[in-house]
Amino acid sequence: MDAGSRRTTTRAKGRHGMPIVSALPKARSGIRGLDEITGGGLPRGRPTLVCGSAGAGKTLFAVEFLVRGIERGEPGVFMAFEETAEELAENVASLGFDLARLSAQKKLLVDFVRVERAEIEETGEYDLEGLFVRLGHAIDAVGARRVVLDTIESLFAGLSNASLLRAELRRLFRWLKARRVTAVVTAERGLGALTRQGLEEYVSDCVILLDHRVTDQVSTRRLRVVKYRGSAHGTNEYPFLVDDHGFSVLPITSLGLQHRASAERVSSGIARLDTMLGGGYYRGSTVLVSGTAGSGKTSVAARFVQAACERGERCLYFAFEESPQQLARNMRSIGMDLGRWRKRELLRLESSRPAVYGLETHLAFMHRTIREFKPAAVLVDPITDFTDSLADNKAMLTRLIDFLKMEGITAVFTSLTAAGAHVEQSEAGVSSLIDTWIVLRDLEREGRRSRALCVLKSRGMPHSHDIREFRITRRGIDIGEDQPSDPPAEVRIRERPGVAARRGALR
Amino acid sequence: MTGPRRPGRTSTVRAVAASLEAAERWELRLYVAGQTPKSLAAFANLKKVCETHLKGRYRIEVIDLLVNPERARADQIVAIPTLVRKLPPPVKRIIGDLSNNERTLVGMELVAEP
Repeated sequence: MDAGSRRTTTRAKGRHGMPIVSALPKARSGIRGLDEITGGGLPRGRPTLVCGSAGAGKTLFAVEFLVRGIERGEPGVFMAFEETAEELAENVASLGFDLARLSAQKKLLVDFVRVERAEIEETGEYDLEGLFVRLGHAIDAVGARRVVLDTIESLFAGLSNASLLRAELRRLFRWLKARRVTAVVTAERGLGALTRQGLEEYVSDCVILLDHRVTDQVSTRRLRVVKYRGSAHGTNEYPFLVDDHGFSVLPITSLGLQHRASAERVSSGIARLDTMLGGGYYRGSTVLVSGTAGSGKTSVAARFVQAACERGERCLYFAFEESPQQLARNMRSIGMDLGRWRKRELLRLESSRPAVYGLETHLAFMHRTIREFKPAAVLVDPITDFTDSLADNKAMLTRLIDFLKMEGITAVFTSLTAAGAHVEQSEAGVSSLIDTWIVLRDLEREGRRSRALCVLKSRGMPHSHDIREFRITRRGIDIGEDQPSDPPAEVRIRERPGVAARRGALR
Repeated sequence: MTGPRRPGRTSTVRAVAASLEAAERWELRLYVAGQTPKSLAAFANLKKVCETHLKGRYRIEVIDLLVNPERARADQIVAIPTLVRKLPPPVKRIIGDLSNNERTLVGMELVAEP
């Protein structure tokens, strides 16, 4: 067939440096994350089957595939078997897709195919040539490069001759290939099979499965590339989000350990801590600040955010325990004006409760936000709620950390150590992923509580092994603006008596 | 309308026959895609039915989608051949080559459902 003559071998570097050897030319779907998993997109000029049960997100997937195609200069045809053009447009308007406008611009054609068994009498032989003509005409009308058939299995409900339909659908998929359109065909999940009518047998190049599960009253959507002929692809289940930004898949794979390691140092925002680390955190490294309740984790971590903003770098702050207002107030009380950076759009605060969504949904959300905002630094405060239970939580966190490293983003995580738990053991699950680990402790001595800080580990840098006392005070509000060269003074690390002499020897 | 009200599907053959006497105009459209054996058979079968039951009171318009592809979308055509009874109302659709004479008559409401 003609498709064979177009077959070329492309060698490309994947986003994360994974070499992609592919026998099929690919069309970038434009769906966030999907193109990474598939090593470049869906098979160009061929049909892809997207299956899933009701509510799994098939139609949204298909719509976004078309809309992103149009944005890339590839007009599209949406053949809807279940919704009218108006219903479809209404349903996806909340995702920011304006189908009416695209139709008016002649970049999109939505054709609602109505097949009602009650209204049709069948007598004698027929075929689906009308559908072929209709689709062909629609493709020609807008010069379509992409086509969606959603959900073509509806034909089986409308027409009685199943064996004829099967033969015609087989012919339709061949026809789509011959027309060289990149197509997405959606299908309902069947019992014990990918699709109810076994369409996976006809669409041989690429099959994607969407899944929507509710476990412990928490819903998680997952996507899996079941099959992708002639192409390496991630075989894992990837969580995905559907929200007002459309579809986004969390593509992070465990490719890991291929990221570049920067030798550049960035300030922790606390001058003395920088000294202890011999110059600050490495850019792009992952920092864990752990400690018991009230030991000052957020304050120490937020200093890093403040310092990054002062350098003019974008920061993304995921707050899972406090609302943005509460956080801003609390930080103001220790001399940090986060509002200023938010106004200048250097800082973005994202607050939500970990319990509301599943871990994976959270990570997918974080991933999408990071991609959108493109920060130089990320603070996750805290990660504890994600790490305390299951082994796959660690796997998910590994994915997030890998992603941050690939992007060269410096990340600070805070983690709550449960009272009575051994500090060094409680975070054993994630410690191997962490480059620099700072432990905060509450000390009770001579009738007063005080805080202490130490660097438990810091890869690739000589660092202080001291345990140092520190205080969080109200001083030093906005010093960044007035005296940019001055070290920030509001979080002050005070040495314990008797340590000063040793410090001289260390540095 | 000059004649009595056209009866529904469940009425008796007698009532149907009565309505036929009322000299209603029958407008039929046959959608085809080129001169395929199925299309030719459908046209021949339709012609036969009309000559038998509707002589002098019918008009068949053949629409070839290869010539007028836009009609497929405008008239909701999926299967070929499709016969659409435009008049008398309501609009009826029959798909297939009309080789089953009995079902064709039922579908067109020329006879009541057996």
